[in-house]
Amino acid sequence: MIPLSHFLIIAAVLFSISVAGMFLNRKNMLVLLMCIELMLLSVNMNFVAFSYYLGDMAGQVFVFFILTVAAAEAAIGLAILVTLFRNRRTINVQELDAMKG
Amino acid sequence: MPEIFLLSTICLILLIDLFLRDNSRMITYLLTQVAVLATALLAYGAMDGDKITGLYGMYVRDDLAGVLKITILLLTFGVFVYARKYLKDKNIWHGEFYLLGLFAVLGMLVMASANNLLVVYLGLELQALSMYALVAFNRDDGRSTEAAMKYFVLGAVASGLLLYGISILYGLSGRLEIAGVLEYIKSQNVLQNMPLLFSLVFIVAGISFKFGAVPFHMWVPDVYQGAPTAVTMFLGSVPKVAALAMLLRVLAESMGAAQAGWGQLLLVFGLLSVFLGNLVAIAQLSLKRMLAYSTIAHMGFILLGALTGTKDGYSAALFYTITYTMMSAGAFAILILLSRDGFEAESLDDLKGLNERNPWYAFIMMLFLFSMAGIPPTVGFYAKLSIIQSVMHAGYLWPAVFMVVMSVIGAFYYLRAIKMMYFDAPPENVGAVNAELDFNVLISINGILMVLLGIFPSALMSICYLAMNSSL
Repeated sequence: MIPLSHFLIIAAVLFSISVAGMFLNRKNMLVLLMCIELMLLSVNMNFVAFSYYLGDMAGQVFVFFILTVAAAEAAIGLAILVTLFRNRRTINVQELDAMKG
Repeated sequence: MPEIFLLSTICLILLIDLFLRDNSRMITYLLTQVAVLATALLAYGAMDGDKITGLYGMYVRDDLAGVLKITILLLTFGVFVYARKYLKDKNIWHGEFYLLGLFAVLGMLVMASANNLLVVYLGLELQALSMYALVAFNRDDGRSTEAAMKYFVLGAVASGLLLYGISILYGLSGRLEIAGVLEYIKSQNVLQNMPLLFSLVFIVAGISFKFGAVPFHMWVPDVYQGAPTAVTMFLGSVPKVAALAMLLRVLAESMGAAQAGWGQLLLVFGLLSVFLGNLVAIAQLSLKRMLAYSTIAHMGFILLGALTGTKDGYSAALFYTITYTMMSAGAFAILILLSRDGFEAESLDDLKGLNERNPWYAFIMMLFLFSMAGIPPTVGFYAKLSIIQSVMHAGYLWPAVFMVVMSVIGAFYYLRAIKMMYFDAPPENVGAVNAELDFNVLISINGILMVLLGIFPSALMSICYLAMNSSL
């Protein structure tokens, strides 16, 4: 049987990759959206692992809700991305600097 | 329950709006306002002093939830009245503004009476997703969509942080209900329990983001500036009450016993917000950005009130939030008055000579600015005083001194705006400012309340205290 800590470490690594991806990525907005998804998935991993080892279903129910909300979130994010591209003709992160101060 | 009523009315309005022509959009507006007021009445009727949980313990009905809900709904009513003028002037008079607003309000109501971390998360997301769409409301404006994109990315990251914290807390305690988590935390030595502190950091970071406190404030100025003013007004007032609701439910109620842990974090975030918000606001030339940084400073005050972990502190924070959201909505309403078709009032210079153009609006704006600066007899003074008092009673002497010093520095930029209104000449070729009757009545009431609540604060203060006393 795989110990709980292995799952937690994988989830933590996924979480760190997603955060690192957000900071390192300087080019494409889509990569940011992917990083956000990865972050939510790493949380799911945590919940499922805990739920299994605690023998408690609440964690798995939580995962279903997170998946649903993540889908809605991706829909809104992509919609904003499309309108942004229509207005700006670019989705480069570094060119989003119309407001400063 | 008010939420079920609101949800069914939203669906109804959504259907009706679909069949309306553009020139009868007023019907959507009126239905929305009726729905908001009726929900507020239902929420008032549900306040009877006891604490009842329902839906298998997912949901709670108590006085705190009642006070928060009524505040959210009445504020929304005011914001919708103010927004109508802006939307009509700008030719973005669509029903979607009100529908998305109602969905956001529904999410906030859910947050206000959540009794389970899952419900807190769902309410938060319902509110946040509607807000992202609202910020991008003016979809042909590049700045509006850019602001929406920034808000979306940072907001999603904040939800991710909050969720990660909740998942670890779930693993430690095995519970998701507020009471269950509280039970677990009471049995622990918080400062020695590293995993618990680890999850606390993530949860506090998520909540601070929703407040817009330093160091999670990066989105606030850009979103305030980029969003259409009507949306900025909504965003800058109502969700702050919901953020406080989340703080009270998650930190105060379920993790109250861990105050030694999160109190230190909030102390740092609060002091940094008060410091940075007030200093950077001085350098702003855009009025919207200035108000954004002033929001950051005010949120710092609310966090500092909440960090004490005492009922005095919580009720002072609630009082501060209620009054701050009123002045913030009012100040943005004056900004809406100054905008007209094809012209967006957002720089400080647009305030120049407001007294000559319309003395009554200038006077009301002065009340709002005095109140934000915390000058007696306006209510802002009393709100700041009660926060500082409770911080001192909790034994934090030097943070209290620091808050006083920073409020004095902060008064500078509010007074500068007042000086521009009264002593500078108006820009050329601008006419008088005026609005419809309901707008005028509401803004007058809003402004006079600033003074009335400042002179007689005890009624509202005792409501806040009673709500805390019976619920926490």
